Amino acid sequence: MHKKVLMSGNHVIGEAAILAGCRFYAGYPITPQNELAEYMAEHMRKTPGGIFIQAESEIAAINMVLGAAAAGARAMTSSSSPGISLKQEGISFLACDELPAVIVNIMRGGPGLGNIAPSQGDYFQATKGGGHGDYRTPVLAPAHIQELADLTMDAFDLADRYRTPVVILADGMMGQMMEPVIFKTPPPRQYDESYVLKGKEMGKSRFIRGLILDAIRMEEHNWKLYRKYQVMAQKEVRYEAHLIEDAEIVIVAYGTAARIAKGAIKRLREEGYAVGLLRPITLWPFPEKELREIAKKVNSFIVFEMSTGQMLEDVKLALEGRAHIDFYGRPGGVIPTPAELAKVIAYKARRNER
Amino acid sequence: MKKVYSRPKSLKPTKFHYCPGCGHSTVHRLICEVIDELSIADRTIGVCPAGCAVIAYNYFDVDMIEAAHGRGCAVATGIKRVLPDRVIFTYQGDGDLAAIGTAETLHAANRGENFTIIFINNAVYGMTGGQMAPTTLTGQFSTTTPFGRSEKLDGYPIRVSELLAQLPGTVYIERCAVNSPLNINRTKKALKKAFLYQMDNDFGLTMIEILSQCPTNWKMSPPDACRWMEEVMMKEYPLGIIKDVTAIKGAE
Repeated sequence: MHKKVLMSGNHVIGEAAILAGCRFYAGYPITPQNELAEYMAEHMRKTPGGIFIQAESEIAAINMVLGAAAAGARAMTSSSSPGISLKQEGISFLACDELPAVIVNIMRGGPGLGNIAPSQGDYFQATKGGGHGDYRTPVLAPAHIQELADLTMDAFDLADRYRTPVVILADGMMGQMMEPVIFKTPPPRQYDESYVLKGKEMGKSRFIRGLILDAIRMEEHNWKLYRKYQVMAQKEVRYEAHLIEDAEIVIVAYGTAARIAKGAIKRLREEGYAVGLLRPITLWPFPEKELREIAKKVNSFIVFEMSTGQMLEDVKLALEGRAHIDFYGRPGGVIPTPAELAKVIAYKARRNER
Repeated sequence: MKKVYSRPKSLKPTKFHYCPGCGHSTVHRLICEVIDELSIADRTIGVCPAGCAVIAYNYFDVDMIEAAHGRGCAVATGIKRVLPDRVIFTYQGDGDLAAIGTAETLHAANRGENFTIIFINNAVYGMTGGQMAPTTLTGQFSTTTPFGRSEKLDGYPIRVSELLAQLPGTVYIERCAVNSPLNINRTKKALKKAFLYQMDNDFGLTMIEILSQCPTNWKMSPPDACRWMEEVMMKEYPLGIIKDVTAIKGAE
């Protein structure tokens, strides 16, 4: 067991990745995730077998990661919103080639160049595929630094287990803030080595490809990926239910927004409002069944995001009209306060009662 | 009777999909001959491009991966850094290497990545049906330069080998061709030298540019294509060693 240390989110991702056996990192500077690349620059080169490359572009970085993954390394890249847009080509190829990799997105305000303040505007991009073609990526959304450390380690296991790119979706707040953290000792890496290219040591040459010209065979590959995603959807859903038991109103929020929601809930409960929180930890697969279960007792949901409403669509799809859904969001890098959210929820609660 | 010519072991017994007179199949064969002669088939990993050679993994009997269009050098960087004792080559066309993948190529060269680029220059986008490539000659017709490539409107043909030779990260760059038996033999020697350098060193990019015929998109017969290459294309892209700091005397 490691001892408790105070570290910033970006550094924690780097340390957790190295502890998890990540030995290849390629990245490109962009705020607010630079501290992660800087941490890797220093610590990868101090780690035996560790490779750090400052790539010429986000596109090059993700494709270096693809090459490293094909060669059998645990590999990671990180960026922030505009940079993640550039990486989508490589993520689509990783998904098609069924190669494991971890991609960290420390989100900032957008669209366009936007700003460098924390935001949650990349939910659609992360959860709906992001790049071209028919694929999904598991998306892990930590809400505190300890969880960021744990999920970073888990991301590599998930990537190996399903041979898929995995996205860690956090925002500038998570990347920059410091909290105490205890790093776990991760289990040894388990993965199917049969896909790894090392030269035809075993006697037979292999290839990794994404081009499948025959439509029927491409369709077969699509269905194979789909079945894999179905298994993930069944087995890998994670969420936190906070004060749900007696709740009459349930906030649905993730990441930094969920922390703000907890502050709001504390205030609202003091004023007599029975408010709880469902916090999806995996944004894909999304905790649909869990939401429907809660909707058996609760008729009022409020989706709260630091965007104009993206996860809102998944909540609507999950609940299929079973309950009343409100939304509150602040896009563009604005961080709402718990007091602000509490006020909004109290107002909506009174209005809905009338 | 002594057998003097046969299929290289590293070349799979498969029919090529390339057009009649295309240079790709010749280059494939040469690479496989070199891999066999150096006995490196079990530790060679190739990176194929988007373009006519996209299914090169059907022909090379070594481990292969297909890169996204232009990303060959980034993918090769990832592989080589993780497996430094393997022999890595990228196989890239002019559009792949000198247009969409310029940044990846230039920076791999600048980092002195220790792999070999095999750069097929046929002055045209072959697979997509004959559009202008960055290496298309001034005045040359293509489907996107229907009036001939205009320097003012379409830019100049790029000499990638000369560009990369400026970088200290490159150690050996030679421009070859596969339009004649003499040039084919020279190409093989260059490929072998590049692989030998890579095997004996841990730093420095090697690149063999190969002028290759595309009779289909040049709209010529295969013999005319070979002649046009000699008479026209080599004026813009002269053959020979462009840079060599390897101190390898000549690979026979």
